[in-house]
Amino acid sequence: MRLVGAALFGIVVVAASAPAGEIPLGERRAGYDFMSRETRAMQDDDTANPGMLWVLEGESLWGRKVGAAGRACADCHGDARTSMKGVAARHPAFDAGMGRPVNLEQRINRCRVDRQQAPRLAWEGRELLALAAFVARQSRGMPINRVVDPRMQAFVDAGRATFYRRQGQLNLACSQCHDDHWGRRLAGNVIPQGHPTGYPLYRLEWQGLGSLQRRLRNCMVGMRAEPYEYGGREFVDLEVFLMWRARGMTIDSPAVRP
Amino acid sequence: MARALINVPGQARRGEIIEIKTLISHVMETGHRRTEAGAPIARDIIRQFVCTYNGAEVFRADLHPAIAANPFLVFSTVATESGTLTFTWTGDNGFSVTESAAITVS
Repeated sequence: MRLVGAALFGIVVVAASAPAGEIPLGERRAGYDFMSRETRAMQDDDTANPGMLWVLEGESLWGRKVGAAGRACADCHGDARTSMKGVAARHPAFDAGMGRPVNLEQRINRCRVDRQQAPRLAWEGRELLALAAFVARQSRGMPINRVVDPRMQAFVDAGRATFYRRQGQLNLACSQCHDDHWGRRLAGNVIPQGHPTGYPLYRLEWQGLGSLQRRLRNCMVGMRAEPYEYGGREFVDLEVFLMWRARGMTIDSPAVRP
Repeated sequence: MARALINVPGQARRGEIIEIKTLISHVMETGHRRTEAGAPIARDIIRQFVCTYNGAEVFRADLHPAIAANPFLVFSTVATESGTLTFTWTGDNGFSVTESAAITVS
């Protein structure tokens, strides 16, 4: 009798603690794994993947001289195929000048304003997305690289706090869907684990390319929370945490998602 | 700026059926939507796509509202002779894009 009681106690403890955990490293799956065969085929074929239209545009922007400095990206960085390899895999990265992490789009705009002396590109504008897609394309197939940087720890923690914080009128946290219920369905769609491996990506629902922050806004509107500003520190910290959570997973930008 | 992606096999045997894939960047605004102020948004779509093979038309498509943005068309033809495949998209607001691809038939 005492033995049975002990066993029951054990079950109760396991049941109570199971849903709250992070996804073990070995069980992580990219959004690609949840997609239909047709959508995967679209992503894998560079002549069918609409994200490649933005990559091509980014390639032409890369060589175009702009701003008061009359300089193109290529004048400093040369051939993006070598110089931009792995860059998207390590962003958001710590920027010493700002004293905090910057994501890929912010890094591009910093270069644009400081080095090219050109006006900053608008968030979600065609040119910024094109340049980001072109740069991110150079990291395709590479693992997400999180170097141990003690300066980043505070921002990982801040992003983690956002991820686990209940918010909005529905009082939901990111983790409740993406840690606890991934693989199940929300209406007709499979809930993915929420790993940002393919951004910027072409979403069939958008009929266009969009950034990770646009996708995060989608989720926040869905849980009836007020989205953060584009480029806001909460969003960048959340990006930092999401990339840390997806460390070692493979970049597949420009991805296609339903 | 309109950009197109085209996938044509560079080489084929005579009589072989080849698959051709085209993807073009376009908003495909239906003309049925309205702005927040209620004003109608003018239609802006690609109306027609034509593919010619050494000048002879081999495929034609009429496009209509409610076709997704960035239309992706896949079709096939028979490789008859070496030469050029020409692709032309025309649409509203004077939209016109022409691309071509070479094929060697042995």
